[in-house]
Amino acid sequence: MWDYTEKVKEHFLHPKNVGEIPNPDLDATVGNITCGDALRLMAKLDKTGRIAEAKFQTFGCASAIASSDALIDLIKGKTLDEAAKITNDDIARFLGGLPEAKMHCSVMGMEALQKAIATYRKTPFTLEDEGKIVCRCFGVTDKLIEKVVREHNLRTIEEVTHYTKAGGGCGGCHREIEAILARAHGRAPAQAAPAERAPRAMTNLQRINRIQEVIASEIRPLLQADGGDIELVDVDSTRVQVAFRGHCAYCRVSDVTLKGSVEAKLRELVDPEIVVEDVGDKPSKR
Amino acid sequence: MDKVIYLDNNATTAVAPEVRDAMEPFLRELYGNPSSIHTFGGRVAHYVEEARERVAHLLGADPSELIFTSCGTESDNAAIRSALGTSPERHHIVATRVEHPAVRNLCQLLATPGPGRAHYRLTELPVDAKGMLDLGEVDRVIDDDTAVVSVMWANNETGVIFPIEEIGALCRKRGVLFHTDAVQAVGKMPINLARMPVDMLSLSGHKLHAPKGIGVLYVRRGTRFSPFIVGGHQEHNRRGGTESVPLVAALGKAAELAEKNMAVEQTRVGALRDRLEKGLLAGAPSAMVNGDREHRLPNTTNISFEFVEGEAILLMLDQFGICASSGSACTSGSLEPSHVMRAMGVPFTAAHGSIRFSLSVYNTEEEIDRVIEVLPPIIRRLREISPFGREKLAAAK
Repeated sequence: MWDYTEKVKEHFLHPKNVGEIPNPDLDATVGNITCGDALRLMAKLDKTGRIAEAKFQTFGCASAIASSDALIDLIKGKTLDEAAKITNDDIARFLGGLPEAKMHCSVMGMEALQKAIATYRKTPFTLEDEGKIVCRCFGVTDKLIEKVVREHNLRTIEEVTHYTKAGGGCGGCHREIEAILARAHGRAPAQAAPAERAPRAMTNLQRINRIQEVIASEIRPLLQADGGDIELVDVDSTRVQVAFRGHCAYCRVSDVTLKGSVEAKLRELVDPEIVVEDVGDKPSKR
Repeated sequence: MDKVIYLDNNATTAVAPEVRDAMEPFLRELYGNPSSIHTFGGRVAHYVEEARERVAHLLGADPSELIFTSCGTESDNAAIRSALGTSPERHHIVATRVEHPAVRNLCQLLATPGPGRAHYRLTELPVDAKGMLDLGEVDRVIDDDTAVVSVMWANNETGVIFPIEEIGALCRKRGVLFHTDAVQAVGKMPINLARMPVDMLSLSGHKLHAPKGIGVLYVRRGTRFSPFIVGGHQEHNRRGGTESVPLVAALGKAAELAEKNMAVEQTRVGALRDRLEKGLLAGAPSAMVNGDREHRLPNTTNISFEFVEGEAILLMLDQFGICASSGSACTSGSLEPSHVMRAMGVPFTAAHGSIRFSLSVYNTEEEIDRVIEVLPPIIRRLREISPFGREKLAAAK
């Protein structure tokens, strides 16, 4: 059992800022259901540019929900310039501290806020847009890792994982994290990472993220043009299970669509070994 | 806090009052060492053998086939390492993707090259969406190099029971040692090793109302064995270390109780589990049972509540004194959901929200009804907080 403070429990059990805001000025989502936590932040500004109203929706554990609620309390009434200065530490401090392994929940709050502000201002969201993905399992960029390493003077990969989740999946990015740690602390990397390392086999989570990207950017638009849709059900190694929605669900040529375009695209862009199955009509999956 | 409603018996169980009483004399006057030559110590040896007989009776084994260990994990380690040690010319291990970490992490370690380690090949058998094994696959993966097949009797997360008799028969036909981690099965279903083609079996005391710190490894007579813990001549030179007499006595009593309660476990506990399952599925939409419902321990149910996260559910249940567990990432001790849910291909949307309830003979109908009353509103509340599933849940109404 995690050792949560009373404040965390209070904000988890009785969050006051849950909800949706119609036509929000600020609206950003970070994380996703695959990774185990996601936060959607919405806010409206008043005429003076202060945050008049803010709400959140969160999928995640107790500390993710508490961190989201705390974030909203912290940003209310602030100008965007003031809000932009809020760090994950402010969130953790507000809650009377978070267990070390749960610090990433407060970082998720900070990320959502920065993303919402950047999107509103139409400026690049540095942590995502200008960064290079280091941890493919959880989609964490070098920019984010560097930021938390500097802000919290992190020294080990384990600490980086606690704060960002990076490195907590397959472990394939540990050397890159090591290099970021070395750079941040102004020392040479323990062992200069060889430039050309044999690419590791993708883990399931990496694969899922890649497949989701390809479905969202390449496949779904095609199907939606015909009034259909597709949903990723599961990935087991190279076996990809999808369900067709909308018109595609009843379409008699969906088998052709499945093999001809979905599988072909995934084989081309993710892994040549991929086999796609339609599990949409299986009652067990509902 | 409300009175505790304990539905996490696959994690550990309450020590039965009778068991506590049975171990007490060995914490008081009967403190002798069973290996001693004097009457004072020797008297204790008698109780160790009596406990061994009781456990043997529960398993349908001969007392001489049982070795007392410190826990299920030690039994698993001893079994697999002995199988490998006694067939040095073979380098292949077969297990499943859903084994308990006690087996899984050991096998994966053995299959990882490292200094001073013999290198083994590991095949982890897949399971289907219901958590079931394909027997044909077991047959296919065994080869001349296979030293041991290790398949759990029942899965700790889903309660799914594997076809141990058939797998054992296959192994016997192919001349391969067969070990089963029966930690979850013993005490919850009848087991008769006299009729089962099992070479080695692990069990753990604290899963059947004995205290933590005692386990058993069954080694069928005639099976070559090489000890894991080397020391004195205890347990017929098969496990060094002075027997923990109080715990051995406790396990003996617990085995006797388990045998007595077997019918209750199968009927009343099973009925309570079914009542819980039915009530929760009716109370919360977008919920599904993980694992085959037919081949399953009577005390276990694993239910996924889509679009919400397990740790959050557990902590809200905790407010009502209700104890259960989850296969979500936040509770699995890593950042990914449980390997069992993953192996079964449970979608991530559901794996993160999987909750396991495991009952015991001490649970009551009132307790079950209380859970059916408080859990659905918790799921509704968390779904209000979650950004996911709105359309699907609205459509389900």
